Amino acid sequence: MNLDAKIPAGPLEEKWQRHKNELKLVSPANKRKFKILVVGTGLAGASAAATLAELGYNVHVFTYHDSPRRAHSIAAQGGINAAKNYPNDGDSVWRLFYDTIKGGDFRSREANVFRLAEVSANIIDQCVAQGVPFAREYSGYLDNRSFGGAQVSRTFYARGQTGQQLLLGAYQALMRMVDAKRVMLWTREEMLDLVVIDGHPKGIITRNLVTGELRRHSGDAVLLCTGGYSNVFFLSTNAKNSNVTAIYRAFKRGAGFANPCFTQIHPTCIPPSGDYQSKLTLMSESLRNDGRIWVPKTPGDRRPPNEIPEHERDYYLERLYPSYGNLSPRDIASRAAKRVCDEGRGVGPGGLGVYLDFSDAIKRLGRDVIEQRYGNLFEMYERITGENPYEVPMRIYPAPHYTMGGLWVDYNLMSTIPGLHVLGEANFSDHGANRLGASALMQGLADGYFIIPYTLGHYLASYPKREITTDHPEFQRIEDEARARIEKILNANGKRTVMSFHRELGKLMWDYCGMSRHADGLRTALERIPALREEFWENVVVVGTGSELNQNLEYAGRVADFLEFAELICRDALHREESCGGHFREEYQTPDGEALRNDNDFAYVAVWEYTGPDSSPRLHKEPLVFENVKLTVRSYK
Amino acid sequence: MKLTLHVWRQEGPNVSGRFETYVLDDVSPHMSFLEMLDVLNERLIAEGKKPVAFEHDCREGICGSCGMVINGRPHGPRRRTTACQLHMRMFDDGDELWIEPWRARAFPVLRDLIVDRSAFDRIIEAGGYISCHTGGVPDANAIPIPKPAADRAFDAAACIGCGACVAACPNASAMLFVAAKVAHLGSLPQGQPERYRRVRRMVEAMEQEGFGHCSNHYECEAACPKGISIEYIAQLNRDLRRAALVGEDVLP
Repeated sequence: MNLDAKIPAGPLEEKWQRHKNELKLVSPANKRKFKILVVGTGLAGASAAATLAELGYNVHVFTYHDSPRRAHSIAAQGGINAAKNYPNDGDSVWRLFYDTIKGGDFRSREANVFRLAEVSANIIDQCVAQGVPFAREYSGYLDNRSFGGAQVSRTFYARGQTGQQLLLGAYQALMRMVDAKRVMLWTREEMLDLVVIDGHPKGIITRNLVTGELRRHSGDAVLLCTGGYSNVFFLSTNAKNSNVTAIYRAFKRGAGFANPCFTQIHPTCIPPSGDYQSKLTLMSESLRNDGRIWVPKTPGDRRPPNEIPEHERDYYLERLYPSYGNLSPRDIASRAAKRVCDEGRGVGPGGLGVYLDFSDAIKRLGRDVIEQRYGNLFEMYERITGENPYEVPMRIYPAPHYTMGGLWVDYNLMSTIPGLHVLGEANFSDHGANRLGASALMQGLADGYFIIPYTLGHYLASYPKREITTDHPEFQRIEDEARARIEKILNANGKRTVMSFHRELGKLMWDYCGMSRHADGLRTALERIPALREEFWENVVVVGTGSELNQNLEYAGRVADFLEFAELICRDALHREESCGGHFREEYQTPDGEALRNDNDFAYVAVWEYTGPDSSPRLHKEPLVFENVKLTVRSYK
Repeated sequence: MKLTLHVWRQEGPNVSGRFETYVLDDVSPHMSFLEMLDVLNERLIAEGKKPVAFEHDCREGICGSCGMVINGRPHGPRRRTTACQLHMRMFDDGDELWIEPWRARAFPVLRDLIVDRSAFDRIIEAGGYISCHTGGVPDANAIPIPKPAADRAFDAAACIGCGACVAACPNASAMLFVAAKVAHLGSLPQGQPERYRRVRRMVEAMEQEGFGHCSNHYECEAACPKGISIEYIAQLNRDLRRAALVGEDVLP
């Protein structure tokens, strides 16, 4: 497996510009001859598809939703980072770069992260020009707020609905290109597999979710913008349909999968309330700007929060991490919450929760200001829990939220299959072992608006154009495989529902490969997952046929892939004998319980290669070279 | 809680549908409405019956996927709340619930509670954007926008495209949906150059899709889970008239 990251030479600050100068171009007249298949219409997919179409490429876009606007980017709440330094508080491209590298616990590539910080400012300009209604001050200029892991205010936001507004901006740009007939939009069309011919991705197989028809689409390049895989935990903050299928299928067709065990557990989510729970709801990190997190000092203290006097409360983040306090990064805040709950000091049902208390902020700023800032989040909390957060503190608990791991890509966002590009959360590139808040939106749009439009042309111009039609026998073969899988699921005729398998897998992953991991637990999971998978194929029940709208069948296909993919996460977590970012191995911690990184042995990207159904995936390593930052123990104290 | 559900079942767009009745004995008040439907579906699957098809995704009230008429009201009895954010504590033990899809000519039923809302995409396609391409735009702070204008644009932009406004309207009009986008972009300086062209093209597209006209029932605003104001329809009508009077190529 070739893991040449193609990092341009030269000083960090000049790499991207130099690279852009050297990339090959496709002439305007030739662009329309290239058909680009873009899978997914979230921030990365929609922005890439719109921009590539504007440049003149013939773009086909696929989404399993009824509309591109439904992609889960829409649910991002808090904001988007950019090194604009509008507040004049000392921000710079370098600082955003450094915060991101450090926040990722020094497990990402310097050059990629620097480029991300560099283009961040362009994103804000672009979105404002599209009409994204960012928050503004009375001057008419843009407002910023603070987010976790940073000591400057660089987060742009649109109330608690930043993802929605950014996605609608990208969606509208995409629909404009649909109107111009430069984008062919395929809705309710789910990618089931990738067709690789002579080492290049030449198409995809999709299933139309209304008719069940399997279709072949050929193209000159494929862009996977299909998001993350947190739903492997069953309960996560992801949308119900989010899944790993597209990138996992690509892995099985030869794309290296990088750092699958780097999963992010978000500290502020609404705790589960019962065994019917279908998903978890995030409460934006931005709430930690004004909310104070605490638990009772005494284990087992069951008094209502307002009866616990100030001196019997433990504001543990402020105590443990005084310089960042409640705005400590997500991995740190999540683990701290788990620790106090493990000590028996958790609140709410089952002791799985901590308070996020706004009473001080309401006293200081008034209820109106808090309502202005977080009104929609408070409303959402009240709907779900039936409690009024203006009067009683919110109860929150960590939940799976984002996956830093993903398909390995080089500096051009190209996977180990030349021509297969991977954007946004689906790739592994920029967040190392932990992502900072408000950086996912930044990365998705950076990849789509400002990186792939440059790098894709380089691939297209580097290889001779080869016309392959969908009559090629390889299309037939892959389509037959996809059909066989569907039939196998339908013919299992078992007794257990898809959801019950998914729940069991999720519980297994949460218990053994969740917020903290141990070699013994990971080995247990690695024994139990194959058994569960075997049972799935024998005992799953899906009612109905494959030639109709059948949501349970769609779900079964996705869970089947999760049941294979879960093993890869555990394998990766077991091999990485260190703690870093979201990956916390109990065996590797400092005396005060902080993550203990091992830079001598693990400063690399772990890239897994599929070797067949009956053999273990092979591990490859891309060493991480740090020329500009000094690896330090990450401290937020 | 014990609930009796009458759920609309329809195999496809070209066959007729009917209500089927199910009784659930053990509904927790903390469940969301969709979790209650999950429980029903798990039971149906275990019995070898086809589960109720309904659209859903984020379950946080923002993606706009879910939508069903519950006891005659789009998204159910709670104001400014999507079906996924509706919780069973809003209902009482022994309640009877009638659950139906959006009903509108422009939204054909695909199966059970799922309708085809692609008409909304085609309306946006007709002009619901600012025609700027990627790159070559000014610095974000080069265009100061008065906070009230930005807030107004935001309030309109909060539309999630769920279609409840259409389902609530006696004319099945999409006027609130169209007006929200027209007002969002028309309230901002960046949206001015295309303001009149946009409104005309979007309204035309709405008519072509088979949505009805607005006759001021205000049901849309009451049903909208995001509380989009019908004031925006007034703004749309003003822009539409002006476009007809002075043409669409003038600056506002």
